[in-house]
Amino acid sequence: MTPYFDYHALAPVIVLTAVTLIALVVDFVWKGSGRQAVPQIAGVGLLLALVPVFTLAADGETRVMFDGAYVVDDYALAFAAFFLIVGYVSLLLSYDYIAEGDFYQGEFYVLLLTSVLGMVIMASSRDLITIFVALETVSLPTFVLAGWRKHDTRSNEAAIKYFIIGVLSTAIMLYGMSLIFGMSGSTLLSDIYKTAGGDNPALFAVAIFLTLVGFAFKVSAVPFHWWAPDTYQGSPMPVTAFLSVASKAAGFVALLSVIFFGFFPSTDSWQPVLWVLAALSIIVGNLAALRQTDIIRMLAYSSIAQGGFILVPLAVAGTNDAAKSSFEAVIIYILIYAAMNLGAFACVIANARRTHSTAVSSFAGLGRTSPAVAVTFSIFLFSLAGIPPFAGWFAKFVMFRSVLDAGTPAAVVLGVIAAVFSVVAFFYYGQVIRQMWFHEPADLGETGPHKVPVALVAAMSITMVVVVVIGVYPQLFARIGDVAFPVV
Amino acid sequence: MDSFKDWALTAAVFVPLVGMALVMIIPKAEETAIKVTALLTSLVTLAIGIGILADFDYDNTAKMQFQVDKEWIPLINARYHLGIDGISLPLLILTMVIVPLCIIYSWNHFPEPHNPKAFLALILLLEVGMIGTFVALDLVLFFIFFEVVLLPMFFMIGVWGGPNREYASIKFFLFTLFGSALMLVAFLGIYFLSKQQTFDISTLSALEGSGIARGTQVLLFAGLFLGFAIKVPMFPFHTWLPDAHTEAPTVGSVLLAAVLLKLGTYGFVRIALPILPQGAEVWAPWIGLLSVIGIIYGALCCLAQRDMKRLIAFSSVAHMGFVMLGIATLTDFGINAAVFGMVAHGLITGMLFFVAGSMQHRYHTREMSRLGGLLVSAPKMGWILGFCAMASLGLPGLAGFWGEFPAVLSAFEPSALANGIMGNTESTLWTFRTYMVIAAIGTVLAAGYLLWMYQRVGMGEPKPEFEDAHIHDVHVDEWIAWTPLLIGIVVFGLFPNLIFSITDGAASSITRAFSG
Repeated sequence: MTPYFDYHALAPVIVLTAVTLIALVVDFVWKGSGRQAVPQIAGVGLLLALVPVFTLAADGETRVMFDGAYVVDDYALAFAAFFLIVGYVSLLLSYDYIAEGDFYQGEFYVLLLTSVLGMVIMASSRDLITIFVALETVSLPTFVLAGWRKHDTRSNEAAIKYFIIGVLSTAIMLYGMSLIFGMSGSTLLSDIYKTAGGDNPALFAVAIFLTLVGFAFKVSAVPFHWWAPDTYQGSPMPVTAFLSVASKAAGFVALLSVIFFGFFPSTDSWQPVLWVLAALSIIVGNLAALRQTDIIRMLAYSSIAQGGFILVPLAVAGTNDAAKSSFEAVIIYILIYAAMNLGAFACVIANARRTHSTAVSSFAGLGRTSPAVAVTFSIFLFSLAGIPPFAGWFAKFVMFRSVLDAGTPAAVVLGVIAAVFSVVAFFYYGQVIRQMWFHEPADLGETGPHKVPVALVAAMSITMVVVVVIGVYPQLFARIGDVAFPVV
Repeated sequence: MDSFKDWALTAAVFVPLVGMALVMIIPKAEETAIKVTALLTSLVTLAIGIGILADFDYDNTAKMQFQVDKEWIPLINARYHLGIDGISLPLLILTMVIVPLCIIYSWNHFPEPHNPKAFLALILLLEVGMIGTFVALDLVLFFIFFEVVLLPMFFMIGVWGGPNREYASIKFFLFTLFGSALMLVAFLGIYFLSKQQTFDISTLSALEGSGIARGTQVLLFAGLFLGFAIKVPMFPFHTWLPDAHTEAPTVGSVLLAAVLLKLGTYGFVRIALPILPQGAEVWAPWIGLLSVIGIIYGALCCLAQRDMKRLIAFSSVAHMGFVMLGIATLTDFGINAAVFGMVAHGLITGMLFFVAGSMQHRYHTREMSRLGGLLVSAPKMGWILGFCAMASLGLPGLAGFWGEFPAVLSAFEPSALANGIMGNTESTLWTFRTYMVIAAIGTVLAAGYLLWMYQRVGMGEPKPEFEDAHIHDVHVDEWIAWTPLLIGIVVFGLFPNLIFSITDGAASSITRAFSG
């Protein structure tokens, strides 16, 4: 029996694969001038892959393939589009950085595309093996990307640490998954949902725990986070942006799928685990970020803390019909987080181009020297802190909404922790804002070019429009969360 | 065109935003164009306000008027719902009047580091937030506007402030943010627990908290209380205020005192009391207690100050204590007094900060031991300062009196609270009567510190170090900025019914839940 192929449903993946191969061949065959074309090809490819996503969305039909292991529904399409756009913005961030550095160019974009390909597959995966394959397709290229600056020891350290963690977490996750398969006799999430561990709930809880630990590494949730600051700091900055947004989001999407389509009925097994991960990530991430003097490390801890906020709705999803509001909250938070964090990285890259530094103090007086970058960066930082009227407030709002929708004491306690620490967070975001606006420009000696390159301006503009428009009219994203909710 | 009633409030909120955008577009070098644009924007907003005043139905002040109710975020049931009643109207107009005056005052002396473009853009953004908060009838919308106010004030203190500005600005921001985070959680709690899942303030007020258990109301009220009490600010959450006021540029202090503090008290009257009446009943005696502590503590702190602006800042703590005492009685009498007190405090303390700022501009110090003889060096300004000090200490015939005296009086007969501190009505009655006596002592202390300040700053001979300094008397732009406020202080002092007649109906409707 040949499996059923729906080529329309697979079109985004096919386009992306084709473009990746074309980019590889172009780089390989036309060595000189061809290499310059690779980033353009990659960019066009990402946008081209969006076309079938939209036609599929317009079609509106849910397409199921491979016995339900690969599903193209609104949820999958929303995230496919999201990953393609995030990939495109990451590409914009990389363009000048990679071109100006003494790096190989072609491979960079090929690896980036491959990773995005994994993410698009991830959005549709409804099967443990498919999820695993997608996750590895996401991760493997990023190990190489993290070590891109191969003459830099920090970059080497970043890659090695990231690689070891990646392998370790995969091993743990696979072990958990194999136990689950042993008990439910299937790798399909829908089957796992039905059997819910069968007659051995205790072992099933252990299996869920191990799987969740694996994911916790991927999304750098405390206490499985310690690799993140070093990896983020050592990696080339555009790669850091990609890791902290795209690959993190991919981890969350996998987690969301596994929880909602697979583990959901065994509430008692996954809720407490996620509760602890969320609370610890929020507390440790925010407190550690307070002490950072390097902007990349600060953003690394900030992304750990933000990851904690994304975990909050998941940690209460199983109580009192809070499923829908939690599901929406996670999706909306991921979308908004991506926009503001990518934007923040664009500003950091722009500033580092000029100052050759990533110290927080290198932002001193930016409001005087390049007001446009300073205004943009301030908006992203305020948004990350959750201050209206920028999109971050809505992300926090839907998070609190899910907590109170659940309404249990445990949920409310988590909500109060989140509320208190979202205030603490302003302290370090505000520190950068203070540097930019309240301080005199520091004498930096020799500085790089003042002008922000076009690609970075484009990245900043796209993300800023999202942050401002969604902040004022959040319904645009709210609708995505609404339609993506699966009828389980 | 649709009728004025349909678009007036929307325009009032967003005209300043448009003005801000225009100010941002005009190149930095064209300072005059920037200033004129900003001023015109604020005047257009004021004109809309005057139109609202003319069109307001004064026979139905309890009814929400000029309502707009449109879909905004259906997913969370948040609506774009605006409207005003007799309680919002005076505060709305106060805001609309203060902003252009601040712009006029800044006209020729922008604080260091100058940059009128950014400064005026921030003032206009501030106006958006302030007006929005007073007209929002949806909890989410209210929250947004309540927070929008933070950003411009943060920058105003942090960029244009005094030597300790960084500390003051971050403290201001963190305090308020902390309160509003818990306030937001409480809003969501109200949403999920109330009979109808809605954020609509009118609907929730009409429900009078039915469906929410008493114990839960007490908890939710605590969340709202933190959010609003920090903004007011009430003792012991007031510590950000003296720092913020001392470091803020003059106009920042004026706006902070005149309008921003009222966002907190307004929140109590508009949201906390009507939506969670049972929670309010339990908390009222404690709010009263903190209010009178604030009155006495603020006054005592005033007596210990050497910095003139800091003294006025602490006097704000004391004055807002009177306002909160009025609210804590949960009577329409007390709430009328509170709203009047808000307007009066806005006019009077706004003026005091203006004068303090102008003096600092001339003397380059606010140290009261170095100042002196203002009546000799600049007699007109000296008289204005004296006038404001008198108004502030509650001299009958000036606006300050009608905020303070009825608030004290209202504590004589608080709403019959079944849940007093001791658990019965009798004890509540005596608790509040004790508060009344303490608050009355507070008015004496107020007279003490204000007269003492006036004596040190206004009277006597100029100090030797300023003998040769040429101290300018009141400038033309200062006259333009100050005259409306001075007139307001006199007019509302002589005809308090101008405000009471507007607020009365609305205040009764808010206390309806407590009269039973």
